[in-house]
Amino acid sequence: MLQKLAQIEEEALAALANIQDEAALEAWRIANMGRSAPVMSVFSQMGALSKEERPLVGQRANQVKLAIESAFAQKAEEVKQAALQKSLASERLDVTLPGRPLRQGRLHPATQNLRRILSILGEMGFQVYTSREVESDEYNFQLLNIPPYHPAREMQDTFYIETGVTEEAERQVLRTHTSPGQIRAMRQFAAENPPNPPEIRIALPGMVYRFEQITSRSEVQFNQVEGLVVGKNITFGDLKGTLAEFVRRMFGRSAKTRFRASYFPFTEPSAEMDVECFVCGGKGCGVCKKSGWLEILGCGMVHPTVLQNGGYDPAVYSGFAFGMGPERQLMLRHKITDIRYLWGNDMRFLEQF
Amino acid sequence: MKLPLSWINEFVQIDDIPVVEVARLLTAAGLEIDDIRFAGLPLPDRDDHGFKVSGIAWDKEKIVVAEIRAVNPHPNADRLTLCELFDGEKLHTVLTGAPNLHPYKGQGTLPQPIKVAYAKEGATIYDGHAEGLSLTTLKRAKIRGVESYSMVCSEKELGISEEHEGVIFLDEDAQAGTPLTDYMGDAVLEISILPNHARNTSVMGIARELAALTGRQMKKPQSPLQTGGEAIGGRLHIRIGDPALNSRFMAGLIRGVTMRPSPYWVQRRLRLCGMRPISNIVDATNYTMLEIGQPLHAFDHSILQQRAAGTPITILTRTATPGETLLTLDGVTRKLTETNVLVCDEHGALSLAGVMGGAESEINDHTADILLEAAAWNFINIRKTANQHNLPSEASYRFSRGVHPSLAEEGLRRCLYWMQQWSGGQIAPDTVDEYPQPPHTPTIHITSQDIRRALGIQIPLPQAKTLLEGLEFQCEIRSSEVETLVVTPPPFRMDIGEGITGIADVMEEIARLYGYDNIPETRLADPLPPQRGNPSLEAEEKIRNLLAGLGLQEVITYRMTSPEVEAKLLPSNLPTPHTEYVRLANPIAPEKRVLRRSLLASLLGIAEKNNRLRETLALFEIGAIYLPQTGDLPAEPRRLAISLSGKRYPNGWDEKPAAKLDFYDLKGILEALFGVLHLNITYAPAENPTYHPGKCAAVKMAETTLGVFGELHPLVQENYDFSAPMLAADLDLEAILHALPGGYPLQAVSEYPPIYEDIALIVEEDTPAEKVEALIRQTGGKMLEEVRLFDVFRGEQIGAGKKSLAYALVYRSPEGTLTDKDSAQIRNRIVRRLENETGAKLRS
Ligand SMILES: [Zn+2]
Repeated sequence: MLQKLAQIEEEALAALANIQDEAALEAWRIANMGRSAPVMSVFSQMGALSKEERPLVGQRANQVKLAIESAFAQKAEEVKQAALQKSLASERLDVTLPGRPLRQGRLHPATQNLRRILSILGEMGFQVYTSREVESDEYNFQLLNIPPYHPAREMQDTFYIETGVTEEAERQVLRTHTSPGQIRAMRQFAAENPPNPPEIRIALPGMVYRFEQITSRSEVQFNQVEGLVVGKNITFGDLKGTLAEFVRRMFGRSAKTRFRASYFPFTEPSAEMDVECFVCGGKGCGVCKKSGWLEILGCGMVHPTVLQNGGYDPAVYSGFAFGMGPERQLMLRHKITDIRYLWGNDMRFLEQF
Repeated sequence: MKLPLSWINEFVQIDDIPVVEVARLLTAAGLEIDDIRFAGLPLPDRDDHGFKVSGIAWDKEKIVVAEIRAVNPHPNADRLTLCELFDGEKLHTVLTGAPNLHPYKGQGTLPQPIKVAYAKEGATIYDGHAEGLSLTTLKRAKIRGVESYSMVCSEKELGISEEHEGVIFLDEDAQAGTPLTDYMGDAVLEISILPNHARNTSVMGIARELAALTGRQMKKPQSPLQTGGEAIGGRLHIRIGDPALNSRFMAGLIRGVTMRPSPYWVQRRLRLCGMRPISNIVDATNYTMLEIGQPLHAFDHSILQQRAAGTPITILTRTATPGETLLTLDGVTRKLTETNVLVCDEHGALSLAGVMGGAESEINDHTADILLEAAAWNFINIRKTANQHNLPSEASYRFSRGVHPSLAEEGLRRCLYWMQQWSGGQIAPDTVDEYPQPPHTPTIHITSQDIRRALGIQIPLPQAKTLLEGLEFQCEIRSSEVETLVVTPPPFRMDIGEGITGIADVMEEIARLYGYDNIPETRLADPLPPQRGNPSLEAEEKIRNLLAGLGLQEVITYRMTSPEVEAKLLPSNLPTPHTEYVRLANPIAPEKRVLRRSLLASLLGIAEKNNRLRETLALFEIGAIYLPQTGDLPAEPRRLAISLSGKRYPNGWDEKPAAKLDFYDLKGILEALFGVLHLNITYAPAENPTYHPGKCAAVKMAETTLGVFGELHPLVQENYDFSAPMLAADLDLEAILHALPGGYPLQAVSEYPPIYEDIALIVEEDTPAEKVEALIRQTGGKMLEEVRLFDVFRGEQIGAGKKSLAYALVYRSPEGTLTDKDSAQIRNRIVRRLENETGAKLRS
């Protein structure tokens, strides 16, 4: 009997060794572990054994059964792993095929850029103030210290609105800068408390217009962002410090600035601020025309006449203002060589942002 | 304005400062250098100086002064000459074709050698025969059998001007063998003059700035005159018609001049400044204008005398009379208007004041006596006149920026001096000067507190005084209670105001001279003003984000358009309505002559442009339209426009869905938008000529219409080049923003399990789905958590003229678990209500 058990074990394990797939394994399981398995028949024949033989055979039969079961479990795991490997191998995708396309919406690059600027200014306490685009000559020029026929008008070629009025001072214009908003804001805030108007720290974004031919370098419309600070202790040093900080947030902590004397009728002293060229790091390149500097914004201390026109007493209040062309910065940053791309709205351009 | 450094150097020494450093000083002080053009001096050896640089340097060894001792004929060519030339070391035979050497041909040894600019073998100069500027290096060659290796140069070849008609004849003082760059090497600064720098439109002005910026001494010009002959007082009267237009008129006289070309150094400087040398007399007026800043005008005195016929000459200045004309020296008869100011005598107009001389009294080759005018004109008037007659000139450039009347005296004296230097003649012992209203000179009081308040730094008053004195301000420190700097601007300045404006003007000068770079950066110490926010803009930006999130591309279009572009929104068989536009008085092009009234028209233009580029276009724009208002500025309400067309799903590599976007895609976008905005919107069929009559809806909130959307009318679609049906929406953004709720209630999220059930209802074709859904929701009440239409079916099975609407319902109670019995009850109520109110039947 013991010999038979040894044979059963040997044959079962030998048969198991050759098995590769689950079907054969299942057939083997039924044959060797099922009700009619040889080892089971040994159990059923136990009754015919002698008292002495019975425990020996019983113990041995259990050993064989356990060995077969354990071998099965091990084989089953092997077969399962092999099957999984096979299936994984057969399910290999070309991961380089493109994903399923979605319709992707985007904001216009000018919007994205404008938001970036306004968000930095916002962190610095500048609140956004928006105002109208068709302006009176008075607001666009005269209240900003630019009387009719002033030479400074030549700095801003102007679109005029057909109103039947020809006297320059009475005409309507497409605003040439967002500066009329300075007057509108000052007057609005000053009206809240005329004897002691509140301090101002605002950003004035929006579209402005210049009478120019549309070329790769000039446009009839473009955005401008101005800043206006009015208070009782505002100095030229504050102007420099605030703008240098803006530039560091906009172009990186290491961005360097340079201030040059300039002229704007509505500020005095006036300055032009340059930023060290972020393309070449100041070494000189095509973008900065080999100068190492990029002209980024114009600024200055608010002219006393302008403060006065806004309802702020220049003997008590002082302030600074600055203005920049966001699209110019956008073009510099992305090396866009043709400004017409912006309002051309070609999908091939817009989809790159 | 272009100025050569050699000239500036006569007024303040700068030739020991690198050229780019001079450019840097001026640029930092507000006199921006656009370009530095070298004409002889060595170019900077590094590239990182920050300026645009052009031109050539003259090699000291290879380009020198030489003298031509004889001009001999060429054996084989008539038009060429062979010059015997001495370069300071040895004699050369140099081949030239210069026409201005021909008159000397065959005369043997010249009694007076001709001094020329000589380029030796190996010298690099510009190619005189090439178009534009291209460099060439002189090499040995045989020309018509004669060996040639060097050249006598023209101005073009040396980069002085475009002139290539002949070679340069240098002045007598040039010594053969001197390196040419040592004799007349130069660099020209091109300077942008800002409107408040009118005083600096001259060599003297720039020199003064440089003196102040470097702390050096300025050398004032000396103009000793030799006078004689009869005085002109009593023989010449000046009458100024309107001192507001003509604040000063001065005249002087020089008799017996000889008209001839100016010395070469004068011609060279004029050319470097971009002016054309004409004759010693005309050149003297231009040279003085560039040098001092005072434009001058020379009249032929004998012509004025003839016109006066023996009586004293009377010069009067007045505005033109209606219909008056003047033949100006460019040969054009100018029709004048009443704002044009004229210089006249008693017989009529002589010149268009400050802008251009008249032909009759103009000097000519035979003029011997010159009456010289130095006047001051109203800059706004000159600006208008120069623009009106399209006569920009160096004189009107200066007058239209403002020339201070005090400059007339110095200008007149300097010009007479140069005339005498270059043409001989005798200067009358006196001048006639009409100066009825000298401008008021302001006095400005400044304390160190003013400086600290404006600039944020402490500059002691004595230091401020020194800075300002560099620009010829008169300063005095007065100590009373508060130490005060009393400042009087120099007489040539028109840009310094009075009172608080004057303080700002002076503060700018202090800051400029102190150096903007030297003012330390500070942080705002002033309190942060009240924060107000801009809710309207924030909501607008939120809508932009939502639409981009819904797969739409934002565009930004031109505000300027044409009525024709906007008329494309209407079928062409409809009459064009009369629409009032905000019109531009000076449009750049007909297609940009009005401001848009329709944002959608602009957007569709962009869709059309991109039609062939993309299978699907989903675009939006948010922006203002412009509506004229009588007697007021236009209204500028913001609109939101959407356009949608093409394939609903982009084709991938495995799936190729063919469905096109339709009405319901656009509606889905709007529903999503309004859903997030918590607006309670209803949609109603609408009629609008732009849209398909059956595929157009109005967007309503209570009684307010926020806009319309739909598929374009086929006849409108025809107006465009679109390859798929176009869906469009045009919404009133102001109304949407106005309707936004301040807050909104939330529903609790139930913990209990739901019951799902689908029901299909057969209704008449014309029963609006919106009504069915509204009834389901109303009847279902709180227990009906969700209603979603998932199928619309039409077919024989349900009968003609009917449709089946299938809804997925979710029942759920916030208070407990619902049973099937509960949900059946609700469903039965819904079905009964629909049967009663719409005749609906439950489809089994
Ligand atoms: Zn660069």
